[in-house]
Amino acid sequence: MTRRLLNLVLPLCGVALAVIAWWAASRAVGDLPSPARTWEESKLYILEPLAKRGEMDQGIVLLAFYSLLRVARGFLLGILIATPIGFLLGVSSTLTRMFDPIMQVLRPISPLAWLPLGLVIFQKSEPAALFAIAVCSMWPTVINTMMGVRAIPQDYWNVAKVLRLSRFTTFTKIIVPATLPYMFTGYRLSLGIAWLVIVASEMLTGTPGVGGFLWQEYNSLVYAHILLAIITIGVVGFALDRLMGMAEARLRTV
Amino acid sequence: MAFIEIEGLSKSFHGSAGTRHVLRHVSLTIERGEFVSIVGAMGSGKSTLLNLLSGLTEPDTGTVTVGGTVTRGVRSDAAVVFQNYSLLPWFTALENVRLAVEAACPQLSKEDQRARATRTLERVGLGNALHKRPRQLSGGMRQRVAIARAFATMPDVLFLDEPFGALDALTRETLQQELARLCRDDDRQVTTVMITNSVEEAILLSDRIVPMIPGPPATLGTPIPVELPRPRSLAQLAHDEQATLARAHVVAALTAALGRKRPNAMLHSDAASAVLRPVAEDTR
Repeated sequence: MTRRLLNLVLPLCGVALAVIAWWAASRAVGDLPSPARTWEESKLYILEPLAKRGEMDQGIVLLAFYSLLRVARGFLLGILIATPIGFLLGVSSTLTRMFDPIMQVLRPISPLAWLPLGLVIFQKSEPAALFAIAVCSMWPTVINTMMGVRAIPQDYWNVAKVLRLSRFTTFTKIIVPATLPYMFTGYRLSLGIAWLVIVASEMLTGTPGVGGFLWQEYNSLVYAHILLAIITIGVVGFALDRLMGMAEARLRTV
Repeated sequence: MAFIEIEGLSKSFHGSAGTRHVLRHVSLTIERGEFVSIVGAMGSGKSTLLNLLSGLTEPDTGTVTVGGTVTRGVRSDAAVVFQNYSLLPWFTALENVRLAVEAACPQLSKEDQRARATRTLERVGLGNALHKRPRQLSGGMRQRVAIARAFATMPDVLFLDEPFGALDALTRETLQQELARLCRDDDRQVTTVMITNSVEEAILLSDRIVPMIPGPPATLGTPIPVELPRPRSLAQLAHDEQATLARAHVVAALTAALGRKRPNAMLHSDAASAVLRPVAEDTR
């Protein structure tokens, strides 16, 4: 009982301390809105979460929804490309040796670097954003899927050999099920990155969404809304990670 | 010509610590329908030999000929049972066996494949565990699934790699008897090669016992025939003169080799107990 109470109270204490720190910081820095002012200026967006007043002037849930939609498309595109690459690299050490250097060089490139290239290639902001999300978020999936295939115990390969399974059957009945937990870890990490990229790409392209909203409010000098957007981004990212974590845990029990 | 002819098999492994010669010039002939056990201490190269026989790994030199054809890769008429069951955890017992039937008999209809898998699982007493996953089954039941998977493909040759090594004594004895029954009932006369470190198990199940003389590189000793009527039981074997003689022969071959080459090698406890108390008190 006391344990459960502590589990509830301690995080609340942490939040309270963080708000106090925020308040103290707002006293020190002139332009930084205090927690109370942030709430005052943002409550319209929170209390009418689905309201649509203009392109950027929308309820916070609606804005988050646009961002999520964009992330979902970019993320799906990314893992659709990344998963087969991961399987290929996992199965073939020749391919790994061939492409590993390229991968290591492409992996640390920031979304801010990919986005202009996307704009050059696709001419429009929306496909450029998807391109940036996909390219940045695919690496954890590639690497985890590859690791998953490599981690398949020799026993399972022996089963495939002894039962003389065809390549296709070995893939569908042994490689994919054995790799699934690793793959999902990759998906979870990829989704996390996709969500990080969204803000940058919306800021640069000025499309409606949490990131676009953040950048516009900065330009309009409504600093309280920057904090609203930041908190929203954090909460949504946390929820996404939890959801993927739950899906992952279910897979692991199989 | 014998059904299985093993000729001059050698195998070495090349690692960072240098080359290890595991097997050298291993030769053996096995008749159709025979049950042969290869008995040796842990780490003597038994599993390497079985992997060569079943085609899982390629020998450096030598050949395995079954029914007149030289083995390359895993044979379509062979089945293997591993010590650690090697069941696929994401499939149920039935799905595990069906996968083998599907691969071995693609000409059968889906229903026939399913029926055969079900029937084989029923034969090993798992009729009510068809839809359980391996982790829901005990070790003994898992090995039954693995045995069913092997028998479901109706193999001509059965390779058993310490099939009961991971089981407790009671389960082991039950499964040994079931395996003996399955091999006997099988009217197609399955030829079986079993790897084991238990002398008692070998006497219980085999027509001939081949001691593995540890190396490295290991070689095979002279086969010792076990001419006892079937069905056999461990209790009966404990007092049988023939069995005692066979046991003494195997243990002598193994311990002579141990004393000569590998003083610290481990033998399964019942082989050791057989040395100390050749006849009585085998309560397993």
